[in-house]
Amino acid sequence: MTLEQLPPGQRAVICEVTGDEALRARMLALGLRLGREVAVIRRARLGGPLQVRIGTTDLVVRRREARLIKLTTPTA
Amino acid sequence: MKRIALLGMPNTGKSTFFNRLTGSVARVGNWPGITVDLLAAKVLMGGDMVEVVDLPGLYNLHGYSEDELVVRHFLEKNPVNLLAVVANASQLDRQLALVLQLKELGLPMVLLLNMIDESKRLGIQVEVDKLEEALSIPVVTMSAKHGMGYPRARQVLERNLQDTLATTAAFSAFAADDALEARLEDLVATTVHVPVTLSDNLTSRLDRALLHPLFGLPLFFLAMYLVFEAVYTLGTPLQDGVEWLLGLFKEGIAEPALAQAGPMVQSFLLEGVYNGVGTVLSFLPIIVLFFLFMGVVEDSGYLSRAAFLVDAFMSRLGLDGRAFVMQLMGFGCNVPALMGTRVMRSRGLRLLTMLIIPFSLCSARLQVFVFLTTAVFSPRSAPFVLFSLYCMSFFAAFLTALLYRRRLISDEPLLLELPPYRFPTLKQMVLRGWHEAKGFVRDAGGFILLGVVLVWFLTHYPFSAVPASAETLAGGLAAFMAPVFQPIGIDDLMSIALLFGFVAKEVVVGALAVIYGTSEGALAGIIATQLSWIEAYSFMLFVLIYTPCLSTIAVLRQESRSWWFTLLAVVWPLSLAWLVSFIFYQGATLLFSGG
Ligand SMILES: Nc1nc2c(ncn2[C@@H]2O[C@H](COP(=O)(O)OP(=O)(O)OP(=O)(O)O)[C@@H](O)[C@H]2O)c(=O)[nH]1
Repeated sequence: MTLEQLPPGQRAVICEVTGDEALRARMLALGLRLGREVAVIRRARLGGPLQVRIGTTDLVVRRREARLIKLTTPTA
Repeated sequence: MKRIALLGMPNTGKSTFFNRLTGSVARVGNWPGITVDLLAAKVLMGGDMVEVVDLPGLYNLHGYSEDELVVRHFLEKNPVNLLAVVANASQLDRQLALVLQLKELGLPMVLLLNMIDESKRLGIQVEVDKLEEALSIPVVTMSAKHGMGYPRARQVLERNLQDTLATTAAFSAFAADDALEARLEDLVATTVHVPVTLSDNLTSRLDRALLHPLFGLPLFFLAMYLVFEAVYTLGTPLQDGVEWLLGLFKEGIAEPALAQAGPMVQSFLLEGVYNGVGTVLSFLPIIVLFFLFMGVVEDSGYLSRAAFLVDAFMSRLGLDGRAFVMQLMGFGCNVPALMGTRVMRSRGLRLLTMLIIPFSLCSARLQVFVFLTTAVFSPRSAPFVLFSLYCMSFFAAFLTALLYRRRLISDEPLLLELPPYRFPTLKQMVLRGWHEAKGFVRDAGGFILLGVVLVWFLTHYPFSAVPASAETLAGGLAAFMAPVFQPIGIDDLMSIALLFGFVAKEVVVGALAVIYGTSEGALAGIIATQLSWIEAYSFMLFVLIYTPCLSTIAVLRQESRSWWFTLLAVVWPLSLAWLVSFIFYQGATLLFSGG
């Protein structure tokens, strides 16, 4: 599953961050790191961006970038 | 002289701390990346003069954005005695990564954990002692905005400045980022304690309403409309007050004092210098009010929400939500908005954004419109006329984006922080308003005065001619341009004002006063008899769309580093302005005058 597919209100753990070097560095700095738990708070309408919460930081992420972040749902 | 470099991630409060430390008024905004220029100020610390430099916010020392390069460049080229790293205490889980990277530089360093007020409210605990020990640098908690812990932060800076040698940073020896990451995990786990479930705080509750899928956008536009409405209703009486005072000054002091002077000198001083600058000064209340309110909006964090709300739409125009925010900033003044585009990394995106910002109806143009709408339209319809011009401003910008998005292509990702909602302190608001007013008067004193005096000269030379008549220089110029302006309903006199609007929009109303050879109060009456509403509106459309001002052009050139782009940014709006005015004027004349 990718971050884009995560339904609002659910949590999951980041297991892979793809994309080019510069983008990955930016995502890391914003807290999108392996092993961290993320939640999607809401999605903007009409294919707009997602509001993502990671730790204490809220981010706006476009769906295209959200697709680069792979998740696993924590088992039990 | 010793030097402290302030740095940290965007929006952590560096500028707020800088202002508190140095007593200056750096622009503070709740928007990552506001600090795009290097700010420096000197303060006396522990008996030494110390230079404090506020560096732009950066996410990553190894990053590629322009801001990040600026910081790296600065540290390589300029020796510093101490790095003061500002971090948001509620976001240490990610901000410590930067601290670890900076530590690798081997420069003396102090860590300032800012916004301790917010992190306490969230129930976040930071074990400062353990953090100090693990990082082996001094760590202080504080609130730059409210002042808690500030005296101690200052002391610690002073103490750590003693016996330091200024050194530059060497960027060759980076430890592998992976190793840093492992350390970060460790560090955060042992020193930062975040409550398992963050309380349902005010920000989340406000977001539920303001980011609502249906009501979010209407609420946003309502909020913006209310801001402008408030500026308008509060500003107009204040404006009348200033005009009244200026009138007293003219009749009581200026005219008697000049009674002995020759008629040409009198005309120059009273009709040129005084009328022009006086008109401009009477708009000061509007400017102050505008920035008071805009300051609140900017600082509240609402603009980042706006970016979230409109991104879906903006991405179809080849832009992103940030471009929209910059466009809104442009409603204050185009110049800082253009400089704010530096946070964008893709050149195409940046240029496209810079191309649309000048269409934002800035406060200088607002003066012209407020004046003309009050003069020509009834008080009941004036606000609607004004509102329609705002809509037109967006229309011109979006049309431009649509037309040029294939040439200025962006593939830049949008990754934006949503800061919590904040409200500026009274002091922050007042300082901001004062700062902007000062800047405006400075312009009015130099740039605008020059423009107005030039208009006076063109409309009065040769001195034997009747002022602003066909025999003057301006008359000749206007006759020359008449074939262009007649089809859009702008007569010779008005086109002279347009010419000078090219210098700065602040000049337009002043120029009109000079051209008609009257004072501000009488000008409105004259304009009302001279212009039909169709002509007035066509004139306003042209003023709205054509070249903003010389300063904007200067910044466009400076930021794009391309004369071609600058030329495009001047020629395209001019053509569009003419076209829109033409369509409106001809259409409206056909519709309303024929029958
Ligand atoms: N609650 C709280 N807010 C603060 C504090 N310090 C700064 N702020 C707010 O945080 C926001 C960002 O402050 P700035 O000083 O502009 O931050 P900056 O680090 O210079 O930001 P950039 O210029 O974007 O790098 C503003 O809304 C400030 O009012 C603090 O101690 N507590």
